[in-house]
Formats: sequence, C-alpha cells, structure tokens
Amino acid sequence: MIALSAESVTVSFDGTRAVDDVTIDVTAGEVLSILGPSGSGKSTLLRAIAGLERLDAGRVSWHGDDITALPVHRRGFALMFQDGQLFPHRTVAQNIAYPLRIAGIADQHARVGGLLDLVGLAGFGDRRVTELSGGEQQRVALARSLAAKPRLLLLDEPLSALDRELRERLAGDLRRILVETGTTAVFVTHDQDEAFAVSDRVAVMIAGRVVQSGTPADVWRRPATAQIARFLGYTTVLDPHAARRVDPGAPGAVALRAAAVVVTDGGPVTATVVRSTPAVDGARVRLVVPGIGELDGVAGAGIPLAAGDVVTVRFDAAGIARLGATAEMEVPV
Amino acid sequence: MTTVRPRIAPSTTVAVVLGAGVPIVFFAVFFLWPVGAMVVRGFGDGIALDVLTRPRTVRLIGLTLGQAALAAIITTVLGVPIAHVLYRLRFRGRRFLRALIIVPFVLPTVVVGVAFRTLLREGGLLGFLHLDGTFAAIMLALVFFNIAVVVRTVGGAWENLDPRQEEAARVLGASPARVMLTVTLPRLAPAIIAASSVVFLFCSTAFGVVLVLGGTRFGTIETEIYLLTTQFLDLRAASVLSVMQLVVVVALLLLAARARGRRTPQRRVDAANAVHAPRLGDAPAIAVTLLVAVFLALPIISLVLRSLQTADGWGLGNYIALGGTGSRNALVVPVWVALGNSLQVAVQATLIAVVIGLAASLVISRRPRSLGLRRALAGFDGALMLPLGVSAVTVGFGFLITLNQPPFDLRSSPVLVPIAQALVALPLVVRTILPVLTGIDGRLRESAAVLGSPPWRVLRDVDLAIVARPVLAASGFAFAVALGEFGATSFLSRPDRPTLPVVIFRLIGLPGGDNFGMALAASVVLAAVTVGIIALVERLRVGTMGAF
Repeated sequence: MIALSAESVTVSFDGTRAVDDVTIDVTAGEVLSILGPSGSGKSTLLRAIAGLERLDAGRVSWHGDDITALPVHRRGFALMFQDGQLFPHRTVAQNIAYPLRIAGIADQHARVGGLLDLVGLAGFGDRRVTELSGGEQQRVALARSLAAKPRLLLLDEPLSALDRELRERLAGDLRRILVETGTTAVFVTHDQDEAFAVSDRVAVMIAGRVVQSGTPADVWRRPATAQIARFLGYTTVLDPHAARRVDPGAPGAVALRAAAVVVTDGGPVTATVVRSTPAVDGARVRLVVPGIGELDGVAGAGIPLAAGDVVTVRFDAAGIARLGATAEMEVPV
Repeated sequence: MTTVRPRIAPSTTVAVVLGAGVPIVFFAVFFLWPVGAMVVRGFGDGIALDVLTRPRTVRLIGLTLGQAALAAIITTVLGVPIAHVLYRLRFRGRRFLRALIIVPFVLPTVVVGVAFRTLLREGGLLGFLHLDGTFAAIMLALVFFNIAVVVRTVGGAWENLDPRQEEAARVLGASPARVMLTVTLPRLAPAIIAASSVVFLFCSTAFGVVLVLGGTRFGTIETEIYLLTTQFLDLRAASVLSVMQLVVVVALLLLAARARGRRTPQRRVDAANAVHAPRLGDAPAIAVTLLVAVFLALPIISLVLRSLQTADGWGLGNYIALGGTGSRNALVVPVWVALGNSLQVAVQATLIAVVIGLAASLVISRRPRSLGLRRALAGFDGALMLPLGVSAVTVGFGFLITLNQPPFDLRSSPVLVPIAQALVALPLVVRTILPVLTGIDGRLRESAAVLGSPPWRVLRDVDLAIVARPVLAASGFAFAVALGEFGATSFLSRPDRPTLPVVIFRLIGLPGGDNFGMALAASVVLAAVTVGIIALVERLRVGTMGAF
C-alpha cells in the first residue's frame, strides 16, 4: 500500500530548479533512501515532503489525501537533521518528551525511558544535550523523532557528521530500530554504503531529478547510466564494443569497479602497467589494455609492479555492472 | 500539474503583521515623525545656510567632530589591549572585571559629569592637574564612558576568534607581534571599526557630560541645540543644527553597518584553546588595563568621598538633606520623591523598550525568501539604530513640536518621558537580543515544527526560550539607561515630576548652601541603584550586552 506519494514535485530557488519534476512513492513500513551527490536537491526534496519548502508545482499526498497545503506541524511527520538540532536549553529527557507534550500523550516518563533504551542511552535522561558527543546527540535526535510515533520519519544525512566507525555502527542500529518500530522512512544520504545498509529501496537523484530507483541490489548491479555508475563508485565505463571484450554477454555498455580487473598470472588478457600505488591489501594499478583502453585494477600483495611491466589480467564478474534499464527502473526523460 | 499553494495560515500572517506593525508604528510616530518635523522646520526657509555659516556654529561643529574623533581614537587604543586581557588571558576574577567594565557605560551622564568635577576641581584628588573646565576634562569623561563599548565589542569578537589561524602563522615563523599585526588585528577589524564608530557616535552626541563639564567655553552641537532652545528660544536655528547632526549620524551609521557587514552567526570555537595564562608578552596590555582600571575607579571614589564631606566635616549630612528641597528652595520636590519618579518612569520605559525591541528583533531575525523583504528588514534594522546617534535633545524637542496636536496631543501627558527614554534604550535592547536570535539555527525551529509545534509554539519553545536570558539582561540594561537618561528627559519632564538626573542638574546649577553636597549624595544614590541593577544583570552572563 502506498503511504507517501510525491508527484511531479518542483522546487525552485531564485529561478533555479533544485528539485525538478520528481515523482516518488513510499509504501507503508518501507525505508526509501534518496541517494545523490551534494547539491543534487535531495535535501530540498525531503524538506518539501516535510512541508518546509513551498512547491512550485506538484503535490504531496499521504494515503491518497492531498497534504500539499497542510502546515508542517499538522503532518505528523518527524525530521532528523545531520546535526540533530536538539534544543540546547532542554535536557535529554525534555528533548525526547517534546513531541509527547505537544501531542498530550500520557505516561511520558515511561515512554522516554523506553526510547532511551531503544537508542542505547539508558540513564542519560537528565544530561544536558550540550554535554553529549556527536553520536550520542544523534541517538537522542532519533529518539525524539520516534517519540510521538510519526507517520513518516524523514532523515537528512543523519550520520554524515560522525566518524567512519561510529557511522557504520549507527547505520546498523538505525536499520534495526526502523524495522523494530515498523517506521516508514525516507533517508537522504550521499553515501551508497549507508543507503544500502539502511534502506529497502533506493532512488538515485542527480541534478534535481530522480534518475533511477529500485532495490539496493538492483541499482548496484544495473546502474541506468554512466553518470549513475560513476556516482556509485564504478571507476570506468566501457562502450558496447569494448564491453564485449570484458563481458562477452553484455548487450551494451558496462561499468567496472577497480576490483573487477585483477592482475594475475596466466590471465586471459595482456596489459601494460601505467602506475602502481600501494594499498592495504596489495596495490591499486592503472593499466593499458590493447583494444579497451586505460582501466583501474587491483593486484595482490605478492607481485611487485612498476610502470611499463607487462602483466596478464582476468575480469571478475562481481565488479562489473551492465548499464541499462531493468524492469522496475524509471528511464530519465 | 497543480499550481503553487500557499502554506501560510492566516493566523501566522496576522502575527507577522502585528509583530512588525507595532514596532514600525511606534517607531514612526515617536521617532521618525518628530525628527522629520525637525527636518522640515529646519529647512522651511533660507535660514539654514545663515545658521550653518555663523562663526559660532562652525566652531562648534569643528569642536564636536574633533572631540568625538579624538575620544574614539583614545578609547579604541586603550580598549583593544583591555579586551585582550579580559577575554584572552586566564586569571582569577576576569569575569568580575568584565562585569565591572560596563559600569561606567551605564552610569548616568550627569553623575559622571559631577564625579569628574569633584575629581578635578581645586581640592579634588586630581585638583593639582588644573584640568577643571578644560577640553582635557571632557575628553577624560568621554573615554571613561565609552571604554566598555570597545572592550565588550572587541572582546566578544576576540573570544570567538578561532585561534588556529594564529597558531598556523606562528608555526610558519611569525613572531607574536607579527601575528598580532598580520592575523589577529585584521580579523578583529570589523569589530574594532564597529566599536569605534559607535563610540564616535556617542561622543558626537554627548550631552550631559559636556553640559556639566564644559561650562561656557566648550560645547557640542547637542549642547548648542539645548541652549538655543531653552535659553535663546531660537527654535529654527536649533532645528537646523538637529538636521545637520542627523545627516552626519546617518552617514556614520551606514559606514558602521558596512564595516560590521553581514556577520554570520558566531561560530563556536573551543574557548579553552584560545585563552592562555598571562605571559611576559602580555605585560604592556596588562599595564594598560591596570592604569585604565585606576582611571575608571578614581572619579567614583572621589564622588563618594566628597559626598561624605559636609560643612562640619565628615558625615552623612548630604544624604540626610536629600529629604528636603535644598537651599533657596532649589527643588519642587524632595530628592527621594524624584528617585521614586525616576524608578517609576524607568519601569514604564523598560516595558515599552523591551516589548517593542523584542517584537522588532523577532521580525528582523527572520530570513524571508524574497530579496526585497530581506532588504526591507535590513533597512528596519539600521533605522532602529538611529536613536543611538540622533541626539536625545532632538527627540525631546521633536516631541514638543509634533505631539502637541491631535491625534497625539500628548504634550502634557506623563507618557512622553517614558516613551522618549524607551527610544533611547531601544537600540541597546535590540543589539542585546538580535544577535542571539540570528544565531539560532533555522533548522531548530523546523525541528520543532516537524515534531508538531504550531508557529506560536515554535516561537515560544525555541525563540523565546533561548532568548529569555538576553531579554532579562536587556530589561535591566534598558532600566539602567532609562534611569540615567537626561537629554530627552530634561526637555520633557514636568516641573512637578522631575526625575533624579534632572534634579541633580538643577542642584549643580544653583550652587551654594547644601545644594552641591546634595547633588553629590543624589549622584551616589543614582549610581548605586544603577550599579546594583547591572550587577544583577551581569549574573545572567549575556555576552551581547553592551557589544555592538
């Protein structure tokens, strides 16, 4: 059942279209990630759904009811920002209780305690929010967002201000909490790992438009265009002619990650090393392959390589993606 | 495809119109109109040129500008090292000193004038310098008054300066002096320029101090307006001078606003990194601070000591005399009654200034999407600063010539004095509250809205909750300023309901008998009340107070 529906949403700033005719649907209980580079308009789209930006065109509806004109505070959504935006003059417990008080919910104390448990901060209730670390602040912000059981949780890069290790741990926690609470959510991020860790479905947004959507695996395996492939971390895109030398069954262009090109003894293809850079598990290499061109690749630790060396390589299908439409995909106009 | 749908509820529109409308109407009726009427009167016919070319006028204009420029330079040169000591060095009691430095700024001008006279006249602590009635005496008093503006403004900026840029310069081989000249001072330049231009403004419209200390030889455009109006009844000439002052002030405010620039909300840096224990290199700055501290304390000590001297030696005679009306019946009411009047009027003025100032600050702190609206708000922000520089005398005088006919026949109404005092306090209220409001991340309000708060509740739970302490501080600040306000009050207060500063001035004007002693005792009382209020307010630790 479709819960949130944004149809042909356009938002402009001073004549520039930040969000350009975007249509997305979110089914009840689903977590949708909006994945895009910075400046792609993904945060603006989220704010438009929250009711914080005025639409220049299009409509937002909830279970079929048009809510485009509904003021922010009546939508029953919650929005979590990159830096939490906790109320500095309230304690942790008071921050979490804030939406409960607005909604006039009874037994706030127990609810706050339960939410603190949920986000792993039991006993933090009386702390001042200014004393918390970045990760703790985001946990409090999540608890506050979930407190009044929002119909829809909007998350605007909630993890990107944190360091790498904490980010990975919190991404896992976030997924668990969203699933446990059955929350319908839209999650905006520029980090594909985060998107794939947290969401059921991904919409890729570039330059104000949604250019592809599908399950994380779908999008990962079948990026629709070279641009999307590059954004997802594929380093090289080969035209259909060169593509068939790497992936004989390919119907069109393919994209390669560095891991797809492996320097190995007795590989089927000969290549010349342009340069080699040490990496933790061996080396990253730049190669020239006759008939294909320059490719990024990887080499194992045991093989010392220098520019000009001639080596053989094999292609690993796990790092190769065929570009083009899948069944569920929306082709950009 | 559907078209644009406005999301703004009608109630919000009403709130915005009320919030913006009340301050705008108040400001228009009680400031722009009276001052505008002065402009019209001044340039009604050809006398403007005549007044402006009088040798006396030319001399006074020169004196005013020269005096203000010199005072601004001295204040800045002394204030910057003190800002360094009070905001960048770690030592016991620096918070106390930061609080103390604001006392001279809020002391009533008349009190400061009287204090300097007791200090400098024959037999005073510094009587041997023979400075009484000289230009130097006025200069000392102006510096005394305004040093807090420089210290608090520059210190506030300094405290928030990221020290890593200085560290980077040090690592690249710059000596401490070079770091100061090439990194620190340039980054502080906007604050220094803003502070010194505000000091220039205050000095060029100084009234009470100059009137008390300058005698007949020295004056400013402001005292001249007062003399022309009250002594020579030459209202036209007074208008011309008011207008000229207004033009100069507006030009200066525009310059100051440009220097202040669109300062982005202050970035928090780890203050612990920025502050260090005193080092040998800080010795000159510490020396300046100690000297200035002595200089600031001397007039007050002198005032208190002298107030305890009576014709029969040391005693409380002057204070006991405050229950009477002075020798030769100098006063209409006893001094204690005047203190009561002052407190009552100051409470009313504070209410007006804080309500109007808070409403105006809330409106100005919004960032509307439309460029035109943003510009209008910036203009409103600038206009609210005008009373800082436009002479209180002009405002008082403007009231007299505009508010004497329907629909605002308020000439004999007791509301005029608190309104005029509120206008003088308004810019200080706005400068205390507004930076805190603009520093609130807009997304904090959005968070509250998304969590279900209607607009009025966002206003209450975010804006008002965060600004509560600054508003309290601004109230105390406004109260202290209203209590000591002399320029406009001297025009507007009715003879049977004088305020304390008016009474003090009257007592100095009629020396002989106990009158001067009473003036001193009354000054001590007024100063004590003011300092008491500021001491309470400082406990709130609102850094924006007294900074520009």
